Amino acid sequence: MPLTSSMSWPALYTQLVGANRHATSLGKIWLSVLFIFRVMVLVVAAESVWGDEQSDFTCNTLQPGCENVCYDQFFPVSHIRLWCLQLVFVSTPTLLVAMYVAYRNHRDKRKLLQVCAFAKGQDEELETLKKRRLPIAGALWWTYACSLVFRLLFEAGFMYALYVVYDGFQMPRLVQCDQWPCPNLVDCFISRPTEKTIFTVFMATTSSICMVLNVAELVYLVIKAFTRDFPWVTQN
Amino acid sequence: MNWAFLQGLLSGVNKYSTAFGRVWLSIVFLFRVMVFVVAAEKVWGDEQKDFTCNTNQPGCHNVCFDHFFPVSHVRLWALQLIFVTCPSLLVVMHVAYREDRERKNRIKYGENCKRLYQNTGKKRGGLWWTYVLTLVFKIGVDATFVYLVYHIYEGYSFPNLVKCTQVPCPNTVDCFIARPTEKRIFTIFMVVTSLACILLSFFEILYLVGKRCHEFLSSAHHSRFTNTCGFLCKIFPLLLPSLKMFGSNCVQSFPLTQTRVFSW
Repeated sequence: MPLTSSMSWPALYTQLVGANRHATSLGKIWLSVLFIFRVMVLVVAAESVWGDEQSDFTCNTLQPGCENVCYDQFFPVSHIRLWCLQLVFVSTPTLLVAMYVAYRNHRDKRKLLQVCAFAKGQDEELETLKKRRLPIAGALWWTYACSLVFRLLFEAGFMYALYVVYDGFQMPRLVQCDQWPCPNLVDCFISRPTEKTIFTVFMATTSSICMVLNVAELVYLVIKAFTRDFPWVTQN
Repeated sequence: MNWAFLQGLLSGVNKYSTAFGRVWLSIVFLFRVMVFVVAAEKVWGDEQKDFTCNTNQPGCHNVCFDHFFPVSHVRLWALQLIFVTCPSLLVVMHVAYREDRERKNRIKYGENCKRLYQNTGKKRGGLWWTYVLTLVFKIGVDATFVYLVYHIYEGYSFPNLVKCTQVPCPNTVDCFIARPTEKRIFTIFMVVTSLACILLSFFEILYLVGKRCHEFLSSAHHSRFTNTCGFLCKIFPLLLPSLKMFGSNCVQSFPLTQTRVFSW
């Protein structure tokens, strides 16, 4: 099972690395934090911690069906699934930038082919067009800034969802359940609560770091645009 | 399940797609295949083990599970993803067929012969039809599977409890499904992304048909205009002697434009 999931994350990484060529240094740091501290930790460690979550969720009852129902009540969506979705959604805005760059390259390539239809050395010019790094200005600036805003929204949204669904980031050892068909009130015990709490806090911390990096990048972009459009401010 | 192989196979399709097609491919691989592999498959991983029935009767559990889950959701989605991504390979095969024809033509008639296709990758003639047919097929596949899941499971909701009366279960037995809420969330997610893909394919068809109509109308309008002018200028010299007393000059005749040639 881990083999198939590790096949998808590297593919996502190659897509993002390609798109990140046009990012600022903060953007490149963000990508590294994302893949080293979040995706890798999720795949290598967190998934094993949550691996036996339902099989080792034990309730103090022999009533068939009680465990299933209580588990479903306390874990409507597993942490792991929320984190996987969060990572997929947070990576998506970068692809917006990649799509815009691809569109620009396509447009410039068409112009180049029209202008020098019969000129030699056209292939080399096309290659430099593909390999060049566009400056973050104009429409690319707006696309990039929008992608940062969306990233922030997704990160904050998923963190808030996790906090609301689980009433905080701590995993209790014992939950009490009185759903039908459990007879009266039943004690149910979660497996590995401390380890789960540690990893939840770790993922929340790395998520916050990524949010701080995104805010810093946004501020940097705004300042850069400001100094570019109003150079007399820095000259004074 | 080796999705990386399929992804590699389809990365070449992007070259011949429209902008809608590229967005469609990104949605399919990011929101459908990735979410399916990293999340959905695991939610359904323990489905038979944790399907509990309130009975000790041997065989009852197996029979009830088989009655309520004839085909698992994950298997249906895996099939859907395979069927929905494969038509794009038809486009790649058609372009390869065109390139092969061009190459054979060049070998037969030499390097400086007239090219069969102006651009093998451009969606003209037969390739346009292939592309539109693949879009129609994709819409059909997505719609069929969305309906199938709805039909087999009587909606997209997952009840906590199902009541089973199959033989050998004694009377009516309560059976409890594992993780119904999480399964419901992922079922709705996969249905919504399928509908988004159907919508994108539909808009892509509208865009392609609209573009074609626009090109056809503008070329027809232009050729009609130049045909009328050419006709008028041909009869004008015959009327010229009668108009000579008004001292008018003949307008230069315009050359007729070439009509578009469609080729396979």
